[in-house]
Amino acid sequence: MLDFLNRFFGRETGGSKNVAKERLRLVLVHDRASVSPQLLQTLKTDLIKVIEKYMDIDEEALEINLDSNETQVALVASIPVKGMKRVSRHLASGI
Amino acid sequence: MGEVIVVTSGKGGVGKTTTTANLGAGLAAHGHRVALVDADIGLRNLDVVLGLENRIVYDITDVTGGHCRLRQALIKDKRFEGLFLLPAAQTKDKTAVSPDQMKALCEELRQEFDYVIIDCPAGIEQGFRNAIAGADKAIVVTTPEVAAVRDADRIIGLLEASELRDPKLIINRIRPRMVRHGDMMSIEDIIDILAIDLLGVVPEDEAVVISTNRGEPVVQDERSRSGQAYRNIVRRIKGEQVPMMKLEEGGLMSRFLRRMMGLS
Repeated sequence: MLDFLNRFFGRETGGSKNVAKERLRLVLVHDRASVSPQLLQTLKTDLIKVIEKYMDIDEEALEINLDSNETQVALVASIPVKGMKRVSRHLASGI
Repeated sequence: MGEVIVVTSGKGGVGKTTTTANLGAGLAAHGHRVALVDADIGLRNLDVVLGLENRIVYDITDVTGGHCRLRQALIKDKRFEGLFLLPAAQTKDKTAVSPDQMKALCEELRQEFDYVIIDCPAGIEQGFRNAIAGADKAIVVTTPEVAAVRDADRIIGLLEASELRDPKLIINRIRPRMVRHGDMMSIEDIIDILAIDLLGVVPEDEAVVISTNRGEPVVQDERSRSGQAYRNIVRRIKGEQVPMMKLEEGGLMSRFLRRMMGLS
């Protein structure tokens, strides 16, 4: 009855559009995750630049990948650390 | 120098050809010189939507192959001063034209026309590559369905990868009553997902079916909602600020009465 009234007065009843949106969201997560090797390379270069401010890393052994399962996609990075840098006071206070 | 706009969607059947025909006719009605190019080689359609199917002599492959001059292949629409169609070939396939040939063709057309609008085939293969090769701007057409929005998302990615930045979106065949009941994705839902600028929204309308049956663009139908929506989009393309049309007319009471009478 309530559902009927809601429909009658034109209120949203949590109809099938929410199902559509959720399905679309999941499918796009996967579609958009199929990034080009070139984009991954650019991301890798940028990551190195940032991390190098804080740590000595083994750039050659650095690996990044996109792992996806049914509900999400994760960016998985394996970054071997050779040593920590002495973070300057200025930088540390900004963290 | 005119501008070259490609109308694309990824998925078939969402209304690219209808959109191309109506934007062309609408811009011509404003006094512009407009060339419509059917890039769907092998599946010629724009000619029948415009009602020009009986007047084709040469097609796009005759022009690119050097069998005739561009001027000879352009069909003049007698109802709209300044509107011309360059038809697709029906008996060849997409490889009959190359992206470089399309670029050269667009350059030649833009010398003479204010707007060159290209009707892109469905898909992301060579037909799509050809259609976007010479374009400055892109319009993406979608409908409020999961498959159409997904394909639109893919097309937006491919357009951006081809340096066609800031494509504009047209949402076609929206049904306000279903949106209100939560049974169809709304304009906001779709914009939220695709994250591009909205150029216009065209409601589902029987007038489109009727006008297409007759080969007359609905944009000239003063009484139809879809015609109004296309006229608004035309003005936005010309650079005017036109507010989005209200999809449902009347207040609560008239909606109530219509529903009582079973009209909506």
